[in-house]
Amino acid sequence: MVKTSGKAPPRGDGKPSPNGDDYPICLLAQGFAYSVARRWFIAFIHEGTPLAARRSAPLSAHGLLPEGEGQIVTLPEPLPLDGGTALPGVTVAYDTYGTLNADKSNAVLVCHALTADQFAARRHPVTDKPGWWEAIIGPGKPIDTDRFFVLCPNVLGGCMGSTGPASINPKTDEPYGLSFPVITIGDMVRSQAALLDLLGIEDLVAVVGGSMGGMQVLQWAADYPKRVRAAAVIAAAAQHTPQNIAFHEVGRQAVMADPDWAGGDYYREGLSPKKGLAVARMTAHVTYLSEAALEQKFGRNLQDRQAPAFGFDADFQVESYLRHQGKSFVDRFDANAYLYITRAMDYFDVAAGGDLATRFDGTQTKFLVTSFTSDWLYPTSESRRIVRALHGARAAVSFVEVESDKGHDAFLLHEPHFHDILRGFLDTAGREAGL
Amino acid sequence: MSIFSTRQDLDLIASLVPNGASVLDIGCGDGTLLRRLRDQKDVKGYGLEIDGEDVSRAVAAGLSVVQGDADTDLSDYPDGAFDIVILSNSIQALRRPDEAISNAVRVGKQAIVTFPNFGHWKVRAHLAFQGTMPRSRALPDTWYETSNIHLCTVKDFVTFAKDQGFAIKAAYGLSGSEAPRAFPPGKGELANLLSEAALFLLSRA
Repeated sequence: MVKTSGKAPPRGDGKPSPNGDDYPICLLAQGFAYSVARRWFIAFIHEGTPLAARRSAPLSAHGLLPEGEGQIVTLPEPLPLDGGTALPGVTVAYDTYGTLNADKSNAVLVCHALTADQFAARRHPVTDKPGWWEAIIGPGKPIDTDRFFVLCPNVLGGCMGSTGPASINPKTDEPYGLSFPVITIGDMVRSQAALLDLLGIEDLVAVVGGSMGGMQVLQWAADYPKRVRAAAVIAAAAQHTPQNIAFHEVGRQAVMADPDWAGGDYYREGLSPKKGLAVARMTAHVTYLSEAALEQKFGRNLQDRQAPAFGFDADFQVESYLRHQGKSFVDRFDANAYLYITRAMDYFDVAAGGDLATRFDGTQTKFLVTSFTSDWLYPTSESRRIVRALHGARAAVSFVEVESDKGHDAFLLHEPHFHDILRGFLDTAGREAGL
Repeated sequence: MSIFSTRQDLDLIASLVPNGASVLDIGCGDGTLLRRLRDQKDVKGYGLEIDGEDVSRAVAAGLSVVQGDADTDLSDYPDGAFDIVILSNSIQALRRPDEAISNAVRVGKQAIVTFPNFGHWKVRAHLAFQGTMPRSRALPDTWYETSNIHLCTVKDFVTFAKDQGFAIKAAYGLSGSEAPRAFPPGKGELANLLSEAALFLLSRA
């Protein structure tokens, strides 16, 4: 795309553009030359990386969501945001499992984590991998689709069909990029409530989610207590700790340090900061595991070799694994979405600086809070904080710390004890809802 | 079979819990007592239990149970949060029963405490004549298997309650399959001799 404005846009770091105005070719034709020069510069920085490998995954009208996959609605009203503005023309993409009953009383809302999406229990249309919660959602499973109608929306700010920074800004007909407003977990939940309004679903048997999904569950229970009969908060926290924020900041800086990020405007070039996003994912992935899990899975084993190669290749299996995790992530995730969603998590504090117990005062919602022993990202102490506050609010709360060496990721994996607890909790919620 | 969780033990506790009360059962196990109180007395029941498997069973039964340690986690609960707090057959297994009972009396408007009575004549006789650690219906395990580390007698408990400044609202002795016998706490000598287990209803003075 030819840039028509004469001046190079300021870069994210505020420093002058390194392919700046003194470069001879820039003097020839302002707009076109800028584009060429910047491509040349980026190619130079990425010496040895073919341009094709740096291309962004194809953007459809709905972010990275291939046309015709899952369901999608456009909210009729602009969505008010915690930041003070309102976002017009918001789309919410979602996937469903099971059947909604006649009086629409059997809905269970599943909220996804940072890098997941609405394809919780279906083969993913982009990656062709099984859904991220197929262990939990399905006929006869803890969230039993023979009984419940399960609805999983892609979060606001995401890139799998819900409005996010990769979506087209109706005002400019170009992707939002960094002109997308900073959003919050509260905004995500508000968009989900608007989706339910559109579908005519008033009450939820339960809202269930792990990690960032668990934060949305807490927000749901705080903002819409009458709509939520039961709330399952799994491996989450009531606010982001400094450690959580610190790890996210490392990830964001990795994205922004990639020249292909182009101040968030990479869509223009048909590129995406894949290297930066991959590094962000690699860092984050370490925080999802435990030392024991790494030890068990990889030890100090070497990858396809008998001895260290005395270089910086992926000698160790753990390196190779992380590189693979990073590489495979970038095809299904938008780098700006990663910035925006991690920001929303960092800002998360369901008590909004006030007293957590007061936030849930008088609630009739039944809570299940679950943590995992080896989860150091959202440790048991954070779950206990939630439980204490719920006790203070005289709320009905159950809490279990599940023994697991699988780290934060345990909530996604085969953990029979956790599955039994969730099943029992939802059974009761269903029974009390008259199902 | 232990004397606890028998019909007379559970019936006695149920008789002391008002209809519709909010109840915290500390060391609730799989929720047997809470289920009964919910079904019979329509209570709003909550539990605290250290064993994860027991918690799962209780949650599956629809109870609100928190996995936690009565020795450390009771301080998290706000004052007067519950109508009744129950410590059923658990104080003798705690590291600091005094703190747990104080917390129970603080967190509940009233507290029900039951425990095996080490002053029962059979226990005394067992130790006196056999010279080995007593085992009975109330104390079924060997000395090396038991989780009991702070056993006491009815007399000890009455003195403890006085020292702590708790009001004893009612006291009962349990023995065999007989109906529970109320006794005036000031005259606990006979109950101390005849009761396998005891129940005290406490409140802040």
